[in-house]
Amino acid sequence: MSLNDWIKNNTMHHSQFWDLKKLVEEKEKQNLKISLCLPTLNEEKTIGKEIVMFKSELMDRYPLLDEIAVIDSGSTDATREISANFGADVHLSSDILPQYGEKKGKGENLWKAVYELNGDVIVYVDADIKNIHPRFVYGLVAPLIYRPEVHYVKAFYDRPLAFSQGVRPSGGGRVTEILTRPLFSLFFPELTGLVQPLSGEYAVRREVLESIPFPIGYGVETSHLIDVYEKWGMEAIAQVDLDQRVHRNQETRDLGKMAFGILRAFLFRAEELGVIGELPELSTVLKQFQAHDEEFEQVSHTIVEEERPPMIELPEYREKFGIK
Amino acid sequence: METKIGSIDEILELLPTLPDKLTGIQETLLANLIMLSEIPSPTFEEEARVKLLLQRMLESELDKISTDEAGNGVGIIPGKDPSRNILLVAHADSVYSEKVDHAISVLAEEIVGPGVADNSLGMAVLATLPNILKMLGIQLNANLVLLSSTKGLGRGNLDGLRFFMDNNKIPFEAGICIEGEKLGRLSYTAEGMFRGYITCRIPEELDWQRAGQNSAIIALNEVINRILEIPIPKRPRTSIVLGAIRGGKSYNVMATHSSLRFEVRSQDAGMVQTIRERIEDIIADASSPNNAEFDFQIVSSREPGGIDISHPLVKNCRLVMEKLGVQPTIRPSMSEVSELIARGLPAVTLGITEASNLHDLNETIRIKPIYTGLAQLLAMLLAIDGGFCNEPE
Repeated sequence: MSLNDWIKNNTMHHSQFWDLKKLVEEKEKQNLKISLCLPTLNEEKTIGKEIVMFKSELMDRYPLLDEIAVIDSGSTDATREISANFGADVHLSSDILPQYGEKKGKGENLWKAVYELNGDVIVYVDADIKNIHPRFVYGLVAPLIYRPEVHYVKAFYDRPLAFSQGVRPSGGGRVTEILTRPLFSLFFPELTGLVQPLSGEYAVRREVLESIPFPIGYGVETSHLIDVYEKWGMEAIAQVDLDQRVHRNQETRDLGKMAFGILRAFLFRAEELGVIGELPELSTVLKQFQAHDEEFEQVSHTIVEEERPPMIELPEYREKFGIK
Repeated sequence: METKIGSIDEILELLPTLPDKLTGIQETLLANLIMLSEIPSPTFEEEARVKLLLQRMLESELDKISTDEAGNGVGIIPGKDPSRNILLVAHADSVYSEKVDHAISVLAEEIVGPGVADNSLGMAVLATLPNILKMLGIQLNANLVLLSSTKGLGRGNLDGLRFFMDNNKIPFEAGICIEGEKLGRLSYTAEGMFRGYITCRIPEELDWQRAGQNSAIIALNEVINRILEIPIPKRPRTSIVLGAIRGGKSYNVMATHSSLRFEVRSQDAGMVQTIRERIEDIIADASSPNNAEFDFQIVSSREPGGIDISHPLVKNCRLVMEKLGVQPTIRPSMSEVSELIARGLPAVTLGITEASNLHDLNETIRIKPIYTGLAQLLAMLLAIDGGFCNEPE
């Protein structure tokens, strides 16, 4: 399949799946269980709204979701209390598989969710979305329900309500455009078909999630895309337009840290796959500047992009899910 | 829940456990509240919010779901006796422009965002009531007509509700108007009222000789001073509220335009009319000496009236509140209930929860008291349905 054909066939809009009754019927016919994972760290302002919306619309009204779980990295605000109040299952990341220790990063929570949650499909949704709507879940789950060949569904956004010209620039955020897309263009050109490869919302079948490693930090999305592409091909990937997403905007310096983590994860993956030659030992320190009056001072950030192994390699996981 | 109820006492007995039972509807109610709140709905532009309500009614399989020429949204929860009808009203419009960020925050104990109290919560109660009745296994004898009325606030002048009442053919036994704020609110009377809008224009000529005199602000100020000289009696209770004043463009440009929004209210219709005539005289008199052109419009008005405090509908409201530990705050109303009682329909306005920062962008409601507010509403619906709120023949 050419990239253009892939874009045409595997890019969808959430409005195609508005009929939730039909979607739930199809899900039940396939006897699928679907879990929603909300990874959190101090999200008290937005988490309540997300849980209320998903529980009401996609559990009580249309039983699309079988569980809603918050996997929290140790919030110091009321995130866990609010989440429990509104009916989510709340887990502290450090309490899941404690024998494997606690690592810091969103990827860690996503990995532990594969063990803790029970669904055949896991939907990951970031907890900082201001304009939350049920489409953030059903839009991502629907392609997995309707198309058995699809294993991994990624969200993208950015659909202005009004645009004066026929063609509008469209794509991902800043890190996507200045880092991930150039890297994909150089080494994995087919993955450039994804409009927003770094978006934090995606739905994935368990058999995929349990068999790929999880970088614990910023590189998790990039790494996953490469792994899914390598193991299952582009036909297993789909993307869904969820219209607009309103969230907190990050400082450019924070994006630098993100880019550093992604780059490390990318290089390791590319090396492992033999796409590039053997790498020298990569530094874990990102250096940035800050200015005091006329003085420039260098600040060092240590960003370790460790990786968790495929969950299926853990005996605890194999036992819990009856895998021999 | 057994819905065959023989007396108001039986309803009161049900009350203490009802708020706890109603917490089971929390997510549905709050999701409705969020979705309705986040659709801007300034007066005259309520269409999208009403459309969502109708969609919810459709999902709940209500009868006769429709909008009318005024844009009101209506649906009916059918009762066992099709000849009887109770009206439940919540206004759909809000005071916020569509340019305001309508995003809502759901915190542990509160919900914050523009219009959550006035009146997204009222509308969310309408949207959720079919689920509530289903959850509790209640089927009323009377049909329950759920109306979300448009064009209520400010210049809207209750036009939506007026249109509905002028044109619908259903005879109602009683009406309840629902407002998000505040729990304990009990309105069953209306004061006479009119809202006035005075504009002042002066010719657009720069006249340095008359600087300081030739200004629409000064001309309007003279009118305001004369309005304030109108004698206001304490009995019947009467008041003039100067609500908003606008005028001019900048520091150094003579104001050629100014405006005043104000409200006159009184327990006596004659007094309202007298003040109105006095203001018309003041306007006529003020034009020539100031070389100004005044325009005076009545943008909204209400007749005074109401039902008596001893009316069984009001008495039962107070009993229900007392049983729930809620202190009634009795106050006359200018909102939907005034229109219903002006038409001879026994009606009250009830509030659902505690609120703060009303009409600010951080309007806030408390979640926990909502269940008491809902229990109160259900009790009153059961009381009306049981015939316990009718006046003795």
